[in-house]
Amino acid sequence: MTLIPKLAALGILFSLSTPLWAASLAYVSNERDNTISVIDMAKLEVIDTIPVGQRPRGILLTPDEEQLYICASDDDTVQILDLATNRIVDTLPSGEDPEQFALHPNGKHLYVANEDDAIVTVIDVETKRVLAQIEVGIEPEGMGVSYDGRWAVNTSETSNMLHWINTETFEIEKNMVIGARPRHVEFTHDDALLWASAEIGGTVHIIDVEALEEIHTIDFRIPGVNQDRVQPVGIQLTSDGRYAFVALGPANHIAVVDAQTFEVLDYLLVGARVWQVALSPDEKTLLTTNGVSGDVSVIDVDKLEVIKTIDVGRFPWGVRITSGSGS
Amino acid sequence: MDTSPRIRRVASGLALAGLALAFSTQSLADEMEIRVGYLQWQPDRGPALAQLTPEPEDSGLQGARLAIADNLSTGRFLGQAYHLESVIADSEDALLEALEEMLAEEISMIVMNVPADTLRRAAALGNDQALIFNAGSRDVSLRVSDCSPYLLHTAPSHSMLTDALAQWLNMRRWRSVLLITGPTEGDIAWADAFRRSTDKFALTIVDDKAWTFDADMRRNASAELPLFTQGPDYDVVVVADERNDFGDFVPFNTWLPRPVVGTQGMAPDAWHPAVEAWGAAQLQNRFEKQAERHMTSTDYAAWAAIRSVGEAVTRTESDSMETLREYLLGDEFELAAFKGRPLSFRGWNGQLRQPIPLAHPNSLVAMAPFEGFLHQYTELDTLGYDEPESECRITD
Repeated sequence: MTLIPKLAALGILFSLSTPLWAASLAYVSNERDNTISVIDMAKLEVIDTIPVGQRPRGILLTPDEEQLYICASDDDTVQILDLATNRIVDTLPSGEDPEQFALHPNGKHLYVANEDDAIVTVIDVETKRVLAQIEVGIEPEGMGVSYDGRWAVNTSETSNMLHWINTETFEIEKNMVIGARPRHVEFTHDDALLWASAEIGGTVHIIDVEALEEIHTIDFRIPGVNQDRVQPVGIQLTSDGRYAFVALGPANHIAVVDAQTFEVLDYLLVGARVWQVALSPDEKTLLTTNGVSGDVSVIDVDKLEVIKTIDVGRFPWGVRITSGSGS
Repeated sequence: MDTSPRIRRVASGLALAGLALAFSTQSLADEMEIRVGYLQWQPDRGPALAQLTPEPEDSGLQGARLAIADNLSTGRFLGQAYHLESVIADSEDALLEALEEMLAEEISMIVMNVPADTLRRAAALGNDQALIFNAGSRDVSLRVSDCSPYLLHTAPSHSMLTDALAQWLNMRRWRSVLLITGPTEGDIAWADAFRRSTDKFALTIVDDKAWTFDADMRRNASAELPLFTQGPDYDVVVVADERNDFGDFVPFNTWLPRPVVGTQGMAPDAWHPAVEAWGAAQLQNRFEKQAERHMTSTDYAAWAAIRSVGEAVTRTESDSMETLREYLLGDEFELAAFKGRPLSFRGWNGQLRQPIPLAHPNSLVAMAPFEGFLHQYTELDTLGYDEPESECRITD
């Protein structure tokens, strides 16, 4: 009996002390398991599995890294996971079938692609009010906001378009047809270029943001892999402008691209149907979600080598990594 | 959570967006308005024993409608409008008359869901005035010997379907086959295609039987079929019964405990409600919302035809039939059509190359082609007649 207060006291001590040496953690949404896997980035092991809403896909970290936003697609809502307690503490009115989203640098405006409804919903995360709904092409999917906050870009998978949304007026200023089935967009850290992947086109398109014109198309050729298996989805860009990492779907490889010359430097073999990628905040490690094999590959960015594979849930989709502290 | 404020908000937002769009497309609408025809006539297939899941009467038309809606929501950003003119005829004569009217109105993109012979007449009538998309006939000769330069096929041929099945049987190493063929022209054509597929993929037909019973199998299946399926040992039963007459009574009534595939049991087809990977769940959702039923293979073929038109219009920024035809049959064209790979038209015969799902009534088993069946250009051309095997050269 006397043990209990002692344990409780220890628990308090423990929770008070955690922020001092918080580990860097990766969060992975498992689309078919309705869970989030938590990976300790120091040990590269799954340390927790958190039940969440139905069909979790896109996830993102708030700038303070205290919360994880989760698109619970089949629950038609965005859930907010508190990362100190690993509990769902709130939801946001996302519109139907949210798939991917992006947070404006003001930390308040969340841009959500509503896949079944052909709209982008803008939510104020503080007041939980819907600020606007913008009609876009069929099956809106990828969402990206420029670092300076000027543009929100949405991809529509069946309309094959990039929709450039003015973040002040919430109106589309430019529609751009690119390769077939555009999936994901990523701004360079200086906002000069936008990288956009086209899954069925098998290409990545580089857009000049100032001119709003395509300046380059990257093709991928992997020896021994049939060309129509090359289906680019997730993209990550290092902040020094050196590398781009592109997930190539059922080709089961990550392309390493020189972000200056757009030349493909290498192809790294990962798990089956690689979808999304995330760089650790120190940019030393890249994680990939491998949908069909149900695991995460760990890539050492300096060596450009796959160093480990970690089992997670069924059909891992999104991945985000916290910086942790004291590490 | 109370979502009603969101909905109201949506309504006003949409109204505003609608105004802006109406204005912007109005000025461009004169430049590009694409009219697409849809013509359907399917003869009565006669009474069938299994009547649980008849083909819906608007099978095909609903797919065409959805593709128009899909094209429109892309086209509104580009000043391209699409209209569907559809006729479901009750005879071949009425259908050809409707075709003549469409040609007179200069509709130059027409989807047809009709039997092979009607399609031949329609292609002759259309000549070089209209690009016709075949969404309803699997006839092999239309793709191998009597091709027409202005006839494309979005429905897979019998050979593509049976090659998909035979490839899978080879992969599973279920190589000894008992083949049961029904009496209709379609059944015989399906079985002929399958016999060719057994040569291509190293299967052996150990027994080749024609279904001749006319008794009502709902009463007699358990008594008749075990006797009918006696004979040399086989790994699998393949049924050719296109109109769903007796095939559904074969599973679980065979003499030996063996799986049943073909037109029943596990079947190869252009589409299936259980296909949900590669974003297909979104297409199925959109379709079911519109049609209040599942999407059929004919719906899919009609959808793919009109989406191909939309894709060609978007990419070429043209509404000229000749320009669109050239683009569709060229190397640049690729259609994202929810089957995990880009689809394109075979330049020699206008057939849309496409993966073929193999599914049983409630689940997808596999998607052909399979790894290990190699081809020098694309694995998709391991399904159906390849270029050297076809006499057609419609782009020469």
